[in-house]
Parts: sequence; structure tokens; C-alpha cells
Amino acid sequence: MSWSISTVWKTLRPGFWVLSLAVSALCLTVALCAQDITLQAPSDAVAGKAAKIATTGSGSAKFYLLGPSTAVKRDVQLGQDIALAPDEVQSAGRYVAIVCAGSCANADFFVAPGKPVSLVFLVHPSRAPVGKSGLISGVAMPFDEYHDLVLTPAAVDFQLSAKSGTPVSHAVETHDGAAWFRISSGKSAGPLQITASMNDVVARRVVQQVASDPCNLRIKGERTAQGIEVETDPVRDCDGNPVPDGTIITFTAKGGDETSTVDAPVKKDVARARMSAKGPVVISAASGVVMGNELRLGGQ
Amino acid sequence: MKRGLPIVLIVVVVTAVLIVLGLTVAAPTSAGTVGLVRRSGLPGFSSNADTPQQAMSNFLVDVQKRNWDRAFASLERTSQALTEKQFEQEWTGANGGLRSFSSLEAFDARPLHATDSDAQMRVRLDWATPVGPVEDVRDLHLTKRGDQWKVVWNETPRPNVPAQVVPVNYLRWDLVTGSASGAEWGSHNVDAPRVRILSMNAVDTAEGAVVMGEVVNEDTIPAFVNVNATLVDAAGNVIDDETSFDKILHVLLPKQVSPYRIDFPNFSLKKVKNVRIDTKATLVPASSDPVIGVMNQKLGQDAQGHAVLQGDLLNQSGQTVNIPHVIVSFYDNNGKVVWVSDGYVEHALLPQSSEPFAVELPKSLAGKVQNFHVVVNQYSMENS
Repeated sequence: MSWSISTVWKTLRPGFWVLSLAVSALCLTVALCAQDITLQAPSDAVAGKAAKIATTGSGSAKFYLLGPSTAVKRDVQLGQDIALAPDEVQSAGRYVAIVCAGSCANADFFVAPGKPVSLVFLVHPSRAPVGKSGLISGVAMPFDEYHDLVLTPAAVDFQLSAKSGTPVSHAVETHDGAAWFRISSGKSAGPLQITASMNDVVARRVVQQVASDPCNLRIKGERTAQGIEVETDPVRDCDGNPVPDGTIITFTAKGGDETSTVDAPVKKDVARARMSAKGPVVISAASGVVMGNELRLGGQ
Repeated sequence: MKRGLPIVLIVVVVTAVLIVLGLTVAAPTSAGTVGLVRRSGLPGFSSNADTPQQAMSNFLVDVQKRNWDRAFASLERTSQALTEKQFEQEWTGANGGLRSFSSLEAFDARPLHATDSDAQMRVRLDWATPVGPVEDVRDLHLTKRGDQWKVVWNETPRPNVPAQVVPVNYLRWDLVTGSASGAEWGSHNVDAPRVRILSMNAVDTAEGAVVMGEVVNEDTIPAFVNVNATLVDAAGNVIDDETSFDKILHVLLPKQVSPYRIDFPNFSLKKVKNVRIDTKATLVPASSDPVIGVMNQKLGQDAQGHAVLQGDLLNQSGQTVNIPHVIVSFYDNNGKVVWVSDGYVEHALLPQSSEPFAVELPKSLAGKVQNFHVVVNQYSMENS
């Protein structure tokens, strides 16, 4: 007996015919049994609130729910409403409900964010030199209790109050879930409290307005037994704000071909340094890129 | 056996002859290097100080081996008040200074001039330190006492800091990060300090490319600053990138200016189209104490004829600065930074006392330099 393809085919052909007929009969049975299932998704579902999906048909079926952070599978009875628990629809966004009993049917629906209960409020920078145009900016974004961004336009009220001066209020409507502002820093150093409020939801931030670069840096000094004692006048910026303590003032004493320098920190508005030079010297001061006056002292 | 005996005897005799030759020939060779004394870290033995070179070699070998009794005994002291302990501290350091962590790796002594009774020698000491090799050059005087030469030790011992109370009322910045648990997002944001590159200059040197300049902390809080440089070729490809490492004053107080220098060893700027500089600044706790004055700064030459900026560091506070580190930016007559140099001071800077420093400047730039700015980085054990 040879094992050619034609020989094998001739042997198995009757069996194939029987198998084909059986499969066809099964498909016809399933098709006759399949029902026409319809789903009616909720049109006003809100995050964290129970919802229902109406179904048609009869008998049991498998229910699947897929959402932004949800995947549910359970048995349901067709012809009855499918109850969606609050924790199954906490995330706002697009959901797909699928029911399968022989055949499958599906429906899409959107879950809207709930009522705003918190405001994410970002303010930049945390420290702002005074008198700088458009330096301070803030953005507020309302979220519901399940941390869903609330996209419905709503008014956010920004209130700015500095230590000196009257509070300023500015209402901005959210756009795609965000409301923002940009302002210039004030003329006075100190904390600037910024409040963002939406209905009864309030968020507060503080921007520290700090002195700008020193202005009119002036020094005075005298010879003592220990050397030259030199100190600045109170160091202030051009708006009259005292520079923060710790700001470095570099004193330089030049006499002949020798130079002495001291980096001294400001303390209570004044920086002091002790330098050594015997002959006539020229003393100058600088803070960052700002230069002060020159002081000439004669020799000992 | 009988045939093997003569061979053994020959070997023994030849070995003995070679040993004798080695001892007799080696001595004149070392003494005959026309006054040059070289020594590495290998152990050796001292012999009589019949010549200034031999006396110097013996002395430095004793110092290297930390044989203080013999080194001290071999000295001709100008001040009888000098104690062996003080002499030892001059070499081994104290108070956590850089010298405390260093060892004398090698030395080189050359005669400057000599008579029958006096000699002057220039000694170059190579120290191995945690911050890299440090070269120390000293001119030492030798005198003949009887038939022996002695090193004259005329260095004044370091004064002891008297007991005193130094009021410290400088500022300190602490960093409170706050608790993250339960905090609202965005409610604890503190921006990084604002720092700015004031200037940048890239030059080619024999050792490679150097990028240098100055950076300022424009903020009202202290900043920990690092400067990175990236070399980019004409095609926009990154060739190399390096950081300023220790050639910068890392902790910058408000409005403080620091030089920075970034070395690219074995690189030429000919291949470089662009240099990208970026600064990284983070908020750190800091103190404005100690204040270190840089006194009597003067451009000059050292004993070897190198152009140097020298001066004195004066610690105006009550805190010991264990390892002072001097960084200098040198400017030309247009105010452009033409070089940045640095150097470590080997001895600790005690409260209310001063220490000399010297920082080298390339000879080719010595004529160009019109001005300079010195900052002092300080490493204090109390703060680390």
C-alpha cells in the first residue's frame, strides 16, 4: 500500500462530509436560538453616582463594563435593568457596556465629573523679586471628590492680598478645566497671599515677594587699631525694600599693588567687614553685579 | 660532588665581589649627581652628613619615614623654643588640615649656592593628598657644624590660638521640607534658587580645552550650584561633557559670585562649534559663617619664577576651617575672565588667625591680567 495524497484523501473523504454536515447543523441551531439584545445606556451618568443600563431579551447573559479605570464582568438577567454601583463609575469618561448571550450587544456612554470639591492651585514662583512685570502666574483646576477634572465652565475667583495694599479680586472662567492668571509683582517685599475660590471650595498659596537687587550701595569706614572697619549704609533695593539678611556684599580694599577682599553677609540691613591695609587705600563694595561707591582712606 | 665544589666556590666569590663593587660604586654615583638629591617613596638608609646634599637627603628621608626624633636632632634650630612636637606638626599637620591627610611621596633637592660652611638648597616636596598631588617648594639653609652638615630650621612655630569667646551671630538657612502626607498638591512647592552665568570663556591650553567664567546666585536663598559644559561639533553631535567638579564655590549665598572652571583634558577647541553651559542649582541648608577675609593679595612670582597670586586668608570667625580652598578668577583689561585657578591651603585656618596662600597663573597670561577676584571654599569638619 502506498501513502500518496490521493490515497489518503480517498480514505478520509466520507468522514469529512459527515463532519461538515454536523458543524452546519450546530451553527443553524445557535442562530435560531440567538436573541436580539439591546442595551440602553444612561445619558446623564455622574461619577460616583449609581446608574442603570436597561436591557431587552430574556435569560441570563454575561455583562462586561469597561471604563477609564474600571473593568467589570458579571452575570445578569436580560430584560432587567443592570445596576451600576457608585464605585463602578467613579472615573469620569467614556464607558463601554457589553452584554453577551449567544450574540453580543454593546453601548457607549459618558460619565460626567461630579461637583467640584477641590481646587488644584499652582502658583509660580514661590519667591518673586519686587517690581517685575508679569512674573507671578497661577493656574486653578477644579476636581470632584473622585479626582475627576471638572470640564464644565465655572468661575474661579482669584484674590490677591499683600501685607500693604487693598486685596484685588479677579474672576476667571475655567476653559477645558483650567483657569489662570498672570500678574506683576508688587513694590513691597513681603508675603502675597493668593486665594482661588470656586463656590465654597478655596485653595490658598503664598508667594514671598523679596527685595530686588541692591540700589545705591554706599559704604563708610574708618581706621581702627585692628585695621579698617568698613560698613554699608542700610542696603535696600530701588523700591526701598531692605535686602534679606545673608545677602553677600564684597568689600575690596586696594592699596599700592595689594588687594584685600571680604565677602560679608548683610545682617539687620548692614554688612560689616574688617580689613587690613596700612597705606592709603581705595575701598569699594559690590553685591552680585551691583557696584557701590568708592571710599578713599589715607595711610596710617 | 668533587666537581661541583669549585663551581659553588666561584659563585660565592663572584657574588661577594659584586656586592663589594655595588656598595663602593653606588655611593659615589648618588653623591656625584652634582648636588641633585632625588628620592621616591622607597625605603633607604641614612649615612653621615658629610655633604649638604647628604644632610638634606638624610633629613628628608627621616621626615618621609616620620622618624621625628632623628630629624629633629639633626636640625640646627634658630629658636630654642621650638619643640619636637611643633616641628612634627609642621610636617604632619594638625586640626584636620589637608596636611593631616597627606604623605610625603617624593622629594627633590637642588643646591642654589654653597660655600665651605653654608649652603642653600631648594627642596621640592611632592605630597600625596586626598585632593590630588600637591607640590611644595621650600628653600632650606644648611650649615656645617664640625664635620657634619645640618639643616637650619628657622621657621617660626605656628602660634597657638588663645582661649577666647568669639560671638557668632551670623545667619543660617535651614530647609524644612514639610510632610508630604495629606498635603495638597502644589501647596509645598519651593522653587530652586535662581542662578545665572555671568560670563563664559573657552580657551585651548597645552593640557586641553578649558571652559571658565563666573556664576552668580541672584536669589535670596543659598544655592548649591554645579556648572556643566557640553562641547558640540559642527554637525551638532555632542563631543564631550564635563562638570566644574571642585573648581567652583558650590554653596553660593545670596548675590555671591563664584568663578568656575571646566577642564576637557586632551581636547582641542578646533573641533568644537558650540559650547553649551547649563547650571544646576538646588536649595540647601547653609550658614554665612565663617567669614574669611582674603588679605594682601598680590600678583608676583614664586621661588621658581612662576607667576602666582599670593595673599593671606584671615578667618574672622570662631570656627576652624579645616581645609581652605582658594579659587581665583583673573580678568584682562576688558573685564573678561581669562583664567580661573585654584589651590588648597595645607594647614587648617584657625579662628581669628591667618594662613598664606598662593595660586599659580600661566606665565603667558601674567602680562594680560589686570584684576582678579578671590573666593574661598571651606571644608569644616563641624559642618560635614
